[in-house]
Amino acid sequence: MTLLAFDWAFVIEKLIVIAIIVFASLGIALYTTFGERKVAAILQDRPGPNRVGPFGLLQPLADGLKLIMKEEIIPNASSRWLFILGPGLAMTASLMTCAVIPWGTALHLFGRTIELQVADVNIGILYVFAVVSMGVYGIMIGGWASNNKFSLMSALRAASQAISYEIAMGLALIALLMTTGTLSLKTIVADQVAGHYWNVVYQPLGFLIFFICAMAECNRTPFDLPEAENELNFGYHQEYSSMKLGFYLFAEYVNMIMSSAIMASMYFGGYDLPFFNESSVAPNIAAMIGVGTLLIKIVLFIFLFMWIRWTIPRFRYDQLMNLGWKKMIPLALFNMLLTGALILSKL
Amino acid sequence: MNLLEILFYVLSAFALVSAIMVLVSKNPIHSVLWLILVFFAISGHYILLNAQFLAIVNIIVYAGAIMVLFLFVIMLINIKKDSEPQKHLYVKFIGVIAGGSFLTLLISLVKQSMPLVGKNVLLKEGSIGLIHPLGKALFTDYVVPFEISSVLFLSAMVGAVLIGKK
Repeated sequence: MTLLAFDWAFVIEKLIVIAIIVFASLGIALYTTFGERKVAAILQDRPGPNRVGPFGLLQPLADGLKLIMKEEIIPNASSRWLFILGPGLAMTASLMTCAVIPWGTALHLFGRTIELQVADVNIGILYVFAVVSMGVYGIMIGGWASNNKFSLMSALRAASQAISYEIAMGLALIALLMTTGTLSLKTIVADQVAGHYWNVVYQPLGFLIFFICAMAECNRTPFDLPEAENELNFGYHQEYSSMKLGFYLFAEYVNMIMSSAIMASMYFGGYDLPFFNESSVAPNIAAMIGVGTLLIKIVLFIFLFMWIRWTIPRFRYDQLMNLGWKKMIPLALFNMLLTGALILSKL
Repeated sequence: MNLLEILFYVLSAFALVSAIMVLVSKNPIHSVLWLILVFFAISGHYILLNAQFLAIVNIIVYAGAIMVLFLFVIMLINIKKDSEPQKHLYVKFIGVIAGGSFLTLLISLVKQSMPLVGKNVLLKEGSIGLIHPLGKALFTDYVVPFEISSVLFLSAMVGAVLIGKK
């Protein structure tokens, strides 16, 4: 039985890490929906959800229960399998990103060193980029399978938006990779912990471009053209009901968490707590502090996403394309040239 | 059979079945979706060959960008299964000739590869597919073609923006 002769403890350890990360992301996403409503309420000067449980804290559970209990409707004219596949793909693609995010330094438990990262592949960032480019399929397939012209329009919009902003995002990434010299997210974070400054100091323009593109890839307002209510009714998830609709709405929040985690890791030091010497405490405690720091950074980024959503109105479609092709791409190219020139002048 | 061989056969079967489904699907959208699965299976083969960079770029470029455009175009012109026009006889005839010549090419390739029978592919070995050796090779041995094609891509992108400006 050479087939089964691999390190089972390693497999179990990884499975536990994966389970914790996935369920933690889903849990955070659950409460991000609550946070979104509260932030919107504060910005619009009203109390927000406060009926279910203390301070309305059980509201997301009530929402989830409601979505599950609702009747499931699959339109007769839809392509049945693709209609079911759409929301599943959206959710899978958004959760897959968490595989390469370094959530902290290693934990030492039961005589084992447990890395708080599912896979340290040497192409980490490219993996993230690939998963992001997969993300649009959920919307496209769902929108087409609904057999509804509004959904189809929305799917087409989503595709063109994703493609347009991926180019600028990739160019911003290239500039970052020129300064870091590695594709592995773990090494990028470790370099920032060891070095003096976070990458955002070296790449302020690159971060701005990446942030805007991340917002566009998450379909957040002002970039939520695919679900513009006043033009397309409800966009690609118009025909969806029950938990399938829930998956689409939820995938957006998971996407937001993942892009926040990626931005925090790439530009803001990841699990690095500033002005704090990690070696002054026990390694396990330092790792937990690191995880906490990354989570706080993620929450701050999510708040920024929400703040922008409830402040800025939606773009018109031609404005969106103008911004993507005529402003972001030239700016990203300029950033790349500038970075190259600076690196050359330092040599 | 070790784990790698099992993975190889599973991936091969996956690629072949998906590729056949691309051909037999009546609906063009289904064909495109099956084609995406073919690309994933091929990327799995690249990973087995320890070519992680190639695998991920295959997914980014083909599955992530080109196939999205394919889907986009097919959705945009909205081909219906029943309204597909009947093809002329001579179009079918040309199709048979083109397919036949491609089949001859494939058969000659298979015939040339006969000395490989009984030899195993080195799985999980070699480092040319990893990003550092690949980058070194691209920027030393192949720097001129690499730079020329980069400029070509960049000018294509600028051209697209310029056409969009009109």
